[in-house]
Parts: sequence; structure tokens; C-alpha cells
Amino acid sequence: MSVFSKDTKLITTPGYAAQKVADIQAKSSAQLTLARLLRDPASVISAIVIVLIALFAICAPLIAQWTGHGPAEQFRETGLSAAGIPVGPNGEFLLGTDQLGRDVLVRLAYGARVSLVVGVIASLIASAIGVIIGATAGFFGGWVDTLLSRIIDLVMSVPFLLVAIALVAVLGPSLGLSIVVIVFFSWAGLARVIRGQVLAIREREYIEAARSLGESRLSMMFRDVLPNLVVPIIVYTTLGIPAAVVFEATLSFLGLGIVPPTPSWGNMLADAANGSMYMVAPWMVLVPGLALLALTLAFNLLGDGLRDALDPTSSKGNKA
Amino acid sequence: MIRYVLSRIGFGALVLFLLSVFVFVLFYVSPSDPARIIAGDKATEALMAQIRVNLGLDKPMIQQYFMFLGNLLQGDLGFSYRSNLPVWDLLVRRIPVTMSLVFGAVLVWLAIGIPIGIGSAKHPGTLRDRVGQGFAIIGISFPTFVLGMIALYVLYFLPTKMGVTLFPPSGYIPLGDNPAQWAWHLVLPWLTLALVIAAVYARLTRGQMLDVLGQDYIRTARAKGLTERRVTYVHAFRSAMPPLVTQLGIDIGMLLGGVIVIEQVFGLPGVGSLAVTSVAMQDRPVVIAIVLLGGLFVVLSNLIVDTLYALLDSRVRTARK
Amino acid sequence: MAILDVRNLVVDIPTEDGAVHAVQDVSFTVNEGEFFGIVGESGSGKSVLVQSVMGLIPQSKRTGQVLFQGEDLLTLSPEALRQKRGAKISMIFQDPLSSLHPQYTVGWQIVEQIRAHERVSKEAAKARAIELLEKVRIPDAAARFDAYPHQFSGGMRQRVMIAMSLSLNPALIIADEPTTALDSTVQAQILDLLAEMRQDFGATVLMISHDLGILSRVADRVMVMYGGRKLESGASDSVLGNPAHPYTAGLLRSSSFNRAPGTPLIPIAGRPPSLLSPPSGCVFRDRCPNAMDICSEAPPLQRYDDGTESLCWLTVPPVEPPAPELPPAEIIASSDDTIVEVEHLTLTFPQRRGDDRTVLDDISLSVRRGETLGLVGESGCGKTTLARAIAGLIPPTRGVIRFDGEDTAGLTGAEWRQMRRKVQVVFQDPFGSLNPKRRVGSIIGDPFRIHRVASGEARLARVQELMEIVGLNPEHYNRFPSQFSGGQRQRIGIARAIALNPELVILDEPVSALDVSIQAQVLNLLDELQRELGLTYLFISHDLAVVRHVCDRIAVMDGGRIIELGRAETVYGAPQQAFTKKLLSAAAPEIPRVERERQLVSASGGAL
Repeated sequence: MSVFSKDTKLITTPGYAAQKVADIQAKSSAQLTLARLLRDPASVISAIVIVLIALFAICAPLIAQWTGHGPAEQFRETGLSAAGIPVGPNGEFLLGTDQLGRDVLVRLAYGARVSLVVGVIASLIASAIGVIIGATAGFFGGWVDTLLSRIIDLVMSVPFLLVAIALVAVLGPSLGLSIVVIVFFSWAGLARVIRGQVLAIREREYIEAARSLGESRLSMMFRDVLPNLVVPIIVYTTLGIPAAVVFEATLSFLGLGIVPPTPSWGNMLADAANGSMYMVAPWMVLVPGLALLALTLAFNLLGDGLRDALDPTSSKGNKA
Repeated sequence: MIRYVLSRIGFGALVLFLLSVFVFVLFYVSPSDPARIIAGDKATEALMAQIRVNLGLDKPMIQQYFMFLGNLLQGDLGFSYRSNLPVWDLLVRRIPVTMSLVFGAVLVWLAIGIPIGIGSAKHPGTLRDRVGQGFAIIGISFPTFVLGMIALYVLYFLPTKMGVTLFPPSGYIPLGDNPAQWAWHLVLPWLTLALVIAAVYARLTRGQMLDVLGQDYIRTARAKGLTERRVTYVHAFRSAMPPLVTQLGIDIGMLLGGVIVIEQVFGLPGVGSLAVTSVAMQDRPVVIAIVLLGGLFVVLSNLIVDTLYALLDSRVRTARK
Repeated sequence: MAILDVRNLVVDIPTEDGAVHAVQDVSFTVNEGEFFGIVGESGSGKSVLVQSVMGLIPQSKRTGQVLFQGEDLLTLSPEALRQKRGAKISMIFQDPLSSLHPQYTVGWQIVEQIRAHERVSKEAAKARAIELLEKVRIPDAAARFDAYPHQFSGGMRQRVMIAMSLSLNPALIIADEPTTALDSTVQAQILDLLAEMRQDFGATVLMISHDLGILSRVADRVMVMYGGRKLESGASDSVLGNPAHPYTAGLLRSSSFNRAPGTPLIPIAGRPPSLLSPPSGCVFRDRCPNAMDICSEAPPLQRYDDGTESLCWLTVPPVEPPAPELPPAEIIASSDDTIVEVEHLTLTFPQRRGDDRTVLDDISLSVRRGETLGLVGESGCGKTTLARAIAGLIPPTRGVIRFDGEDTAGLTGAEWRQMRRKVQVVFQDPFGSLNPKRRVGSIIGDPFRIHRVASGEARLARVQELMEIVGLNPEHYNRFPSQFSGGQRQRIGIARAIALNPELVILDEPVSALDVSIQAQVLNLLDELQRELGLTYLFISHDLAVVRHVCDRIAVMDGGRIIELGRAETVYGAPQQAFTKKLLSAAAPEIPRVERERQLVSASGGAL
């Protein structure tokens, strides 16, 4: 029986599905995914934006060389007006200066490094921990599951920003600590998802089939369980990057992330907010703010696109 | 049902206990010296020693912790190192600000997010859906403090510079003093906070509704000849609600942390801004109290949500009678 | 008089891959007061037809006319159509659990329907709802009014659905596979209830089913659909007893209930056509044993003097193709050569609340080498659990299972693994039992890999050999399970099971998820393999007809016990236990053949 619903766009009847799949050449799923992804303009544009921002970050020293402005160098003569107000975008400072007369463009480039490094590294580590903990809990069950699930619940019941600022305040801000804090509060979500998925997969008949063939548990885990989790892992990791980027920016904004004068988008925004400086120099907010928005938006769109491409049956935006 | 609630309460107590141990140990190993903070830079060694004795800081860590815990259970949060005021008094003054912000924002984001989500799910793939989902993804990607600053610049600074006062500058007017002023001062913070979170709800609602609208019982409802409005709200939305309630509990719980930046941007004298200044000044008792308050808030909202969830599901409700 | 007159209905459903031509040029009439059946396999378009007509598939594009009591449903405004739904035309769906809203009480849901169409007070509506629940024989109806759907059994839920569908005294009741999700004894009760209600309320019933046996029992007239087309229609005894269309004849030949035990089923070869690009000419051409050259042109609708209509070029009764030839059996089963002995097997599951639940209760059983032993019973009787215990996948609480004379309880890990080579399982769900992320070649190669029998090129060669044996194209080893149809997937499962030359194969409902014509293909394959490889089968099924067709002996299970065990003919012909009798009487009987010449009256359409 085929199930029809008002909003199911893709309707499949077994006969038609069989025919359809018979027509498809035995393409690898990676190729299919890529093809689907390339058909989605939002994903393509997002990927381009991400690559551009990454290039921008990599080329930060070149930009500094080209403008002749160091990231922490202050130009009190040319970069500030007589009244000490930052100057707006002009020929010398393409994106204006900040309250100390530093070049916003150069700082933006160096700040992109921080955002990308923190975002990518924190999200990767958090995903790795989440997958290991979630898969262990789901696969072994019993007291292991109870214990790990409690720990997941525990981490998810902590008011993370409050604890994070307390932690950073005591231990002193640094890049490494920012990553540790972000990872600590980010892995639990994926762990919970993975645990649920593993529990569901464990009930599937193909696991029983593998068991009836005499497959060992470890081998089942790697051959039968994990390959089915590739989609949530990739999607979650991609969506974890913008979350981590914003988390880092928030910490820096509160003065608890990257220590000035090293630029990060978060502390650039903090500079702008400090004494409501941005009221007279709006570019101090707009430049890092919109860069931050572009980066997170690109990753979010790419994550959505990846989910649709990897798992065409899932409805768009199913999990927020 | 009762057993379930009791077990949730037990878990909440465990969370709070572990949290208190965590912050306590954290500050215990901290290199900063409370006596120095209290007495100031010019204090003599003898004065500082006296302060340490008064505060019990000369005792072993375990003993200090139980003193702290004992006081805590009696409702005694101690005194601020900086202002010497009771921590409780400091909090009481600021809680209404934060609560006004939180609950106002909740109403706004539900009122924005859920209709957008339902509208999208009812007409998937249409322009309306695309616009709604476009709003949602931009909202999700917008860091609140960036949105807040841009909002302040565009809606407060620019009009004011041109002589039109659309919105007041930052600040807080208590609800009891002047409700209109209270709301007027909070509109921008509410919108800023709510727009970002409404985006999450728009996506979640859409996903849930799409799931539910594909169910067999929705087809039955239509086959019964019910109006589309009744099918959507009475049948579909009823089933889409439990996950939304869960998410709401998590979000309200976490909001006490989330409002920190909003309070910073809009200069609201709430718990969040107190947290930031106390952290900066190493004001240990205040920070501990705020972290525990945040934990309590999370635990309470989770508890309410878990109970609500059980009540919303006929299967859970009838199984535990 | 016709209550429903469908003329040249075409339903297209736009999808991402193009339009699905779900219903193509279908015309039929349903007369007032009759029981009209639509039969077809998955993808025949039978459900889409009624649902699109009722406006339940809004994106569908429909042309033609659907006159209900003289009004064209296709041109009615959505609001006017809504007022018809539930009040004039009500519907009953397949799965009563998923078709009732889980969060509202059944009483509330019935009252809601009444009040959606009539201005009555809540109290009056409630009184009517309780009366209806009593009518469909829900015990203690007044108290059950406030119960939720999950608190009812499957059969009771379907009774609630029926009560709801009757609540406004509709002129037409559309029942879409109303008994498919139910156990066979409950099925019979629901069908009886439906017939009784039709009498009491004077309603017309249009029932959709894939089950020829059920329709032959209850329908006055039937329509056979395939590939979105109406292939045949007419009085049910003449269509099913003396089919004019080769497809109907083919369906009957592949239905196990309709073939004498011992006579092989004659499957319809091949697979249903794609509804995305249906073949020009006759849709059944590729699979038809009577296909002629002219079949590549659209066939005419031929009318016969007994009212039968057939969309076919054939003017003589379809011929029966020769039955597949079966090799002689390798082993003749005898009672003194047993492969598995089960003695006093008991299995209990601990429960969180209350006492342990006993799933298997003191079961003793032996499986003879070379035989097919059937295990039948309704859902929850423990048949699958018993099979898993015999397969060594669940340790028994008490009792002994001996395999080849060896007690399986004392096996070491290595010995248990060794035993896995001798006992294999084919699972029910061809979708669930194959890992969707792995290629078919590596799935079938699993037994070789796990037991280190062959690797690399050698393994691939053996995998391809197996694919050949079970009737799959060996070149498709590189594909994923989702690229195969249900029947093909079951073949993959069978290939995996026979890879290591097992002695015993446990077949857990191996065909119940498949369409009738595909069922016959798989059953014949199993029969062939058994004869060639000398396999012993433990065949688990809820379908008595299938079990009777393939099994040498039958064990009937009820409530965790084996209540009757004997040779298939004995159990079938002279059942001892009341439950067995009930089961047998609920099963579909053979459809009586009506050998009668019919005269062609007219032919229309064709080669357009």
C-alpha cells in the first residue's frame, strides 16, 4: 500500500519505485548526494561563501601587507578624526577604523581565522565525543546506557552560558579554553540523537539478521550501525559549526574569549558596543556583524542542503 | 505519574547539587584572593587574615563547602564581596527585570514562530513557505547581540538623530511604576530576542506539522468532512504540540543564560548584567548565587515541561493512572 | 440505479520525477445498495482512485466525471465536497490504530463527526455515539465512550471506525482495505459486521482490497485494476469464477488459497509497470502469457452478455500456462530422522510491572529432516518467538532444544557460531532485513565473510552464483537494497540464507509483505531450492492458505502453546481443536469455478 498525504510531494508506489530504481545506474551514494547538492542553488552559494571566507582568513597576512596595516596597529593620525572618532570607510581604510584607529578590514581578516578555527575544531571534537558517547550508550544498553544518558541529561540541564562565563572568569580567557568550553556544552545534543538512532537501528531486522549469521558485536557496530548514522553525523557537525562560531563570538563579546588586542569578530563587536561607539561608527557593528551572519547563514544553509541531499525522504527543516 | 514527577525532582536536585559543587570548587582553586578583593589593595596582611577567619576561608575545602551548603539551604546566600550587600537583596532587585524580558519574549516568539511554521507546513513549497523558511534560517543564523545593536542603531539612534523618538534609549522602568513605559522600554529587547528564537520555532513547527499532516488520522479527519481549519488546529496542531512544549521548556530554562548579552546590549539592569559585572570583579558569592539560580530555573522549567508532556499524551496519561 | 457513476476518470499526481499516471481512463458504476469491490495489487491505483475522488489528494489532477447521486464530485467546490464527506460518503481505512487520532477519546471523535454536519447538542450526539458503539457491538459502550484508541484491540478499533462511518447514515461507505491489518478471525468478524450494517442501514459499500478471497466472499460485483487501468469488471462470481482477462486469471492462479495443495502456483512473471511512464498499448502486455502482437496497441473494452467487461484484445478465455516443472525432492522426510527437537520449552519475559509474561508455554516439537513444518497462529501467539528460540537467538527460560541431537544450551561461543552455519533465517520484512547502506553483494557475501569461507574474487564469484540461483541479475551485485523491488529483496534475503548450505532455514512470514503475484514467485523459488538443496523449512505464517499450500505438517499455536500438530491435510480436513476450526472457517475458501461460455456483445475504444 502506498501512503498518500496531502503534503507528500514525492509519492511512491512499490511498482513505480522498483521501476524507477531499476533505471538508476548503480551510482555511488556520494555521487548522487553531490548531484542533488549541486541542484540546490542555496547550497552552492553557501559553499562558495564559506570558501571565500576561508580564503579571506588564510590571506589575512597578505591583506595586512597589502594595506600596510597590522591587525593591532593603531593609526591615531589617519584613522581617527580630530575629535577621536573612528573614520568611516575611505581609500586608506576600506572598511573604516575602530575606536583605536585600527584597520577594520585587516582585523576582520584575522578575526575570520579565529571564528573558523574555533567553529570547525570545536564542532568536530564535539561531534566525535557525541558519536562515541551516544553510540556506546545506545549499543550497549543496560547500566552503561543509564549512566551515559544521565550524564547527557546533566550536561543539557546546565545553564551553559552562565557556567561558561564563571569558568572563563576563573581560569582566564584563551583560545584553547574557549574551544574546551564550547565542546563541553555542545556534544550532548548529538550524543542524544545518536543514542536514539542506535536504539532504533538495534531493533531493525538486519541487525537480527547479522546476529543470526554469527556476526560479532563490534563488527555489527561498524558494518551495520555506524554507516546508517552518517547522515545525522554530517548534518549535525555542519550545523554545529555556526553554533560554535556564535558561541565563541558571544564569549569574546562578553570579554571572555579571545584576549585583545588579538582581533576576533566577537571582541570587535564588543569594542563597537563599548560606550555605544557604534552609534557614531556603525561600520564597527555592520562589518563584523554581517560577516558573522554571512558565515553562520552559509553553514546553516549548507547543513540544510546536505540533509536534503543525503536523505531526500526527510522533510525540509524537520529538526530545527 | 507521581513517581515520574518525583524522579524528575530527584534528578533536578542532583543537577543543582553537582552545579553547586562545581562552582564552589572552581572558585576554591581560583588564584584570586577574596580577602584582597574585599579589603582592597592597600589592606594589611593582618586585616586580610581577619577577613579570612570571618569568612571561614581558613578552613579545609570540604568544611567550607558544607558551611556554604548549610547557609544556602537556610536561604542565606551570603554577602557580596564588593558592595557588602546581601546577595539575596541584589538578586531580588534584578530578577523582575530579567523575568519581564524572558516572559515577554516567550510570548512574542510563540506568536511569531508558530503561525509561520503552521503556514509553511500547510502550503509546502509555495512562496509563502519559502519566505517563512527564509526568515527562519536568517533568524537562526543571527547572533542576538548583532541583531540587537543593529536594531538599536536603526530604530533608536537614527530616528532620534532626525528628531523622531520611536523608542527610548536603554533602561528599565518597573512594571508597577508605569506599565506603558515598562513595555515601551522592553519592546526592542523582546523583539530582538524573540525574532531569533521564533525562527527556531518556525522550523520546528513546520517539521512537526508536516510529519503530523502526513498521518493517517489526518486523512480520517478530512474524510469525516471536517473543515480544513479544524483539521489543522484541532487535529494536526494538537499532535504537533508535545515536541514544541519540550523545546519551549529547554529554551525558557536556558534563557537566563541567553539574556546576558541582550541585557548588555540594551543596558537592562537584570540578572545577566549582574553576572557579567560580578564575574569581572571576581565577586564569588554573587556569581555562585546566579549560577545556581540559573540551574534552578533550568530544572524547574524542565520539570514543568516533563509533567506537561506527560499530561498532553493520552498514552502516557492513561498508562500511569 | 447507479449511486456512483465514474466516467473516463484520469488521475495524475505530479511528483518531483514527473507525473504519476495513477488512474487512466477508468469508468464504472456502483449501484444503489450493492457491495462493490475493487481489487488490485500495490500500485494498481485503486486507493488513489477513491482518495482523489474524495478530494483527499489535493495536488492530484483529475479529469472525467464522477457522478454521485447525479452530482459531479470533481466539479464541486471544496466546501461542497467537504459537506458530502462523512455525511453522504464515509470512509473506513486500513489501519484503525493510525487512522484514529491518538490524543482524543473515541467518543469525542464520533461526536465530532456528527456535529461537523448536524446542529445537535453535545448530549444528543453523545447518546447517538453510544448507540452506534452498541450497534457495532462494543461491549460496555457507554463506559468505552471515554476510552482512547490505544485502549482498544485492533478489531475493536475497526468497529469504532465503522460506527463512526455510520454515524450520519451515509449513502455510500468506502472501505479501503478495512481488514488487511487484522488477524484472520477478526477479519471475518469485521466483514460480517460490515455486511450486517449494510443491511441495517441500507448503505452501498465500495470496498478496496488486494485479497481476492475476501472480495469473492462479500462483493456482488468487482472491478480488477492494474497499472492504473480497469482491466476487468462484472459480477463477482463470474469475474472471479470465470475470468475473461488474463491478469485476473493469473492472479487467481498465483493465489495459494485458490490452488489445490500440491499443485504448484503459477506466478505472473515480471513486475508491475511504472506509473510514471506506463507502456503504450496494454499495460499488462509484458507479463501476459496470452500476449499477441496487437497488444502493443491500446486494447478495446469488450462487453460480454453476462455483464463482464474486459480491457483486452483476447476474445477467448485466457489459457493457463504450463506449471513450472519442479525437480524431484532430494530428501524424503521421515519421522525417525529429526533435525530439531524441542522439549518442554518455556520462555518468559520479565516485566517492569506485575508478573513475568509467559510467551512460550511448555512447547515440545520436532522438525524432520527435509520437511516443511508450518507454524501458524494469530499475532502475539508466540510463533516468531519460538522460531527465534529454535534459531538460537533467544535463550529459553526452561526446556531443551536439540539440534542434530546436540543440546544447544551447552554450546560454547565458537560452537554457537558454528551452529549459525546450519540454521539460517529469512525475515518477514524485505525492507527491514537488509541494511540500506550496504551493497547487495556484500550483504549476500556476509556469511562467507563472517565464517571466513571465501574472500575477494572467490567470494564475489560465489555471491554472483547465489544471485543467479535465486533469480537475480548477478551484474546487480553493486547495487543497494533500495534499488530492488520487494520481491527481489526477499530473494536477496533467501540468497543470504542459503549461502552456507544450511540444514534448516527458518522462514518468518517470508511472503506476507508481498503482492500475490510476487508471493507465488517467491513460494515457488523456495520450493525449488528445498528440492534441489535438500533443505528443511520451518515456515511461520499467519496465512493458513499459504501454509497449507507449502507445508507437509502444520503446528497451530495459540497463547504460547502448540494446540494442534499434524499432517497438513489432517489439520485442514479434520481439525480437532475449536481454535483451529475457527481459524479455518475464517480463511478464504476456494472460489468456485463457473465454467460458462460468454458471448461478446460489443467492443469499444481500442487502438486509439
